[in-house]
Amino acid sequence: MSRQDVEDRTWVSGTPRLWVRHPAGCRQCPGCHHPIIERLIADVVGDLGVEDDTVFITGVGCSTRAFAVMDFDGISTAHGRAPDVGTAIKRTLHGRPVVITIQGDGDCIAIGAGSLLAAVGRAERITVFMANNGNFGTTGGQMAPTTLTGQVTTTTPGGRDNSTGFPMHVPELLATLKGCAYSARGSVHTAANYQRTKKLMKTAVQKQIDDTGFSFVEILSACPPDWRLTPVESLKWIEEHMIPEFPLGEFKNIESIQ
Amino acid sequence: MGERILIQGNEAVCLGAIAAGCLTFFGYPITPQNEITEWFARELIQREGVFIQPHSESGSINMLYGGAATGMRVMTSTSSPGWALMQETMSHMANAELPCVIVLVQRGGPGQGTTQHAQTDYLSATRGGGQGGYKCIILAPASVPENCDLVQMAFYLADKYRNPVVVLTDAIIGQMAEPVEIKPIDFGLLPPKDWAIGGKGYRPDHQRRVIGCTQGQVPTGEYTNYLSLMRALDAKNRQMETEVRFETYMMDDAEVVVVAYGHVARVSKEAVNYARQEGIKVGLFRPITVWPFPYQALRATAESCAVFLAVEDSLGQMVDDVRLGVEGRAPVHFLGMLDRHDPTGAGMLLPGRVLEEIRKLSAEVKV
Ligand SMILES: Cc1ncc(C[n+]2csc(CCOP(=O)(O)OP(=O)(O)O)c2C)c(N)n1
Ligand code: SF4
Ligand SMILES: [Mg+2]
Repeated sequence: MSRQDVEDRTWVSGTPRLWVRHPAGCRQCPGCHHPIIERLIADVVGDLGVEDDTVFITGVGCSTRAFAVMDFDGISTAHGRAPDVGTAIKRTLHGRPVVITIQGDGDCIAIGAGSLLAAVGRAERITVFMANNGNFGTTGGQMAPTTLTGQVTTTTPGGRDNSTGFPMHVPELLATLKGCAYSARGSVHTAANYQRTKKLMKTAVQKQIDDTGFSFVEILSACPPDWRLTPVESLKWIEEHMIPEFPLGEFKNIESIQ
Repeated sequence: MGERILIQGNEAVCLGAIAAGCLTFFGYPITPQNEITEWFARELIQREGVFIQPHSESGSINMLYGGAATGMRVMTSTSSPGWALMQETMSHMANAELPCVIVLVQRGGPGQGTTQHAQTDYLSATRGGGQGGYKCIILAPASVPENCDLVQMAFYLADKYRNPVVVLTDAIIGQMAEPVEIKPIDFGLLPPKDWAIGGKGYRPDHQRRVIGCTQGQVPTGEYTNYLSLMRALDAKNRQMETEVRFETYMMDDAEVVVVAYGHVARVSKEAVNYARQEGIKVGLFRPITVWPFPYQALRATAESCAVFLAVEDSLGQMVDDVRLGVEGRAPVHFLGMLDRHDPTGAGMLLPGRVLEEIRKLSAEVKV
C-alpha cells in the first residue's frame, strides 16, 4: 500500500481546500485547538495562493502529524529544530519556497529556544506559528515555559510558583529583536478571535513573501485533558486566565528592517 | 594529468566537496576543523552557494536535515565535542532517509579534551552515537589526496543509500599538507531524487511530497508501520555492509599484521618499512571503511598469519573490531595513546615505537 492509496482528497464542505484526509491525520483530543490552527494554516496558504511554493514543517508535539494532512510539501523534524530546518530549506533553494512551521510552546521556546532566537537573529525569511497551550500536551501535561503562575501541571503539582520561574512572553520577546519583522498573538476560542487570528497569520506569511524578515504568531490553544477541564470549560479558562497574562494583538509590524 | 597543488587536508575536504557538486555548507567553528568552515564561508560566495554559520552544531546538523530534504548535496564538518551534539539528528536523518556528508576531524577526548589529534571517536562514529541503532558508512582517509577522493565517494554513497555518510579524519590528516590532483570522480549513475521537497508546483506530477523522521509511525512514507520501516532499514544496512574498502601493504608473507587507520596507518606503514629492512615479515592492514569494518578480509588473513597488532591513538576502540574480525584465530595486541612519545596533547605515536612493538612480537612468533 503506497502513500497515495490511503490519501483522500475529496473536498468536504467546511474543510479547507488544501486538506488531505489521511489515516495519520490529526489524532488530537476532543476540544483540542491544534486542528483548528492547522486548518487555519491550510486556509492561509490557500487564500494567499502559495500552495505550489509552500514547505510546511512540524516540530515534535501534538501537531507533529499535521504535515500529513496538508496538500503541500511537508516535513517533520527533531524536537525544537524546525527553525533550523526551515532556514536551510529556504536558503538552499535561494529563497524560493514559503516556509511555515507549526510548533508547540515546549517545542518552540523550551528545547527550541536557541534555534528560534538564532533564526530571528539572522532575520530568516520564515514564519513560525506557536501553539501555546501552557504545557507539554503530548507527554501528559508537564510544565512549559508558558505555564501560568499557580497553574497545576504534573511537574508543578502544587501549582507553578516563583521557584520555577514565570511565564514567557514569546512574541513580545521576539519583537525586541532586529531580525523580527512581525510578531503577534491570537486565539481561536471564539469565532471573532478565530477570524482575527486568521488575519494575523496571513499577515505573517505575507511578511515572508514580501522578504521583510522573520515573522511569528503565537496562538493560544486549549488542551482540555491535560488541563483537567471539559472543552467548554477550557474556552472559559483561556478567556479568564490566559488572556490576562498573554494579551492578544500585534507587537511588531514593520515594512522593512532598518 | 591535472595540476598538482600543495594543500592542507582540511582544504582537500573542501575541494573534494566542490568536485562532488556540493555548494551548500553549514558549520560551527571548532578546532581543528576551522579551515573547512572558513574556506566555505570564503569560497561559496564566489560560487553562488549557500553558507550558514548556525548557533551550534545542533543547528548545523538540523540545517543539514533541511538542506538534504531539498535534494541538494549538503555537508557540515566538526570536531569531537560538536560531533556529540549532532548525534540526535543523525539518527533522525537515518529514519527520514536523507543523504548528507559529515566530516569529523577528531581531536582528543573526553570532554573538552585537547584541540590536537587523537582517534577517540571511533566507537561513537562506528556504533551510531545517537539513539535507535542506525548505521552510517564511515570512511577514514589516511592522506590529503584521500581526503579529497573519499569526500567525493561519501556524497555518492550518501545518495546511493539515502543515508548520512561520515568522513572520519583527525587533526593530523586535517592540518598536514601534501600535493593533490583535484579531479572529479565519476562513481556512476544515481536514481533521481524524486522524493525531495521544495514546493509541489516545481515537479511534473504536481503532487506534494512529505519527508519525516517519523517514518513507520506516521504512515506518510513507504512504511505503514514500525516494523516495515525496521525491515527496510535492516535491508539497507545489509546492502551498506557490502561497501567494504581496505588497503593491504606487504601482506603476502606477513607473520605480524599491523592494523591501523587514518594518520596512525601512515605512521605504521613507516614502521613496517623499517621492520622489513630488518627482515621481519610484517604487513599493514588498513581499513578505509571503518564501518562496515573489513571483518571477512581480516579473518582470511588470520588463517595464515601469527599475530595482530592494533595501533590507534586512543585507549582502545578499533581493537575491538580487530578482535571481532580475527575471532580468536590469532592473538591481538594493542598499542595506543599511552605509548605516545610525549605525555602532552602534542605527543604522537611515532614509527619508532611501533617498530619496537613489531620487533617484540616477531621475536615471540619465532620462539
Ligand atoms: C529530545 C526530545 N526530548 C523530549 C521529547 C519528548 N517530548 C515529545 S513532545 C514534548 C513536549 C511537547 O510540548 P509542546 O511543544 O508544548 O507541544 P504540545 O504537545 O503541548 O502541543 C516532549 C518533551 C522528545 N520527543 N524529544
Ligand atoms: S494532549 Fe492536549 S495538545 Fe495534545 S492533542 Fe490532546 S488536547 Fe491537544
Ligand atoms: Mg504545549
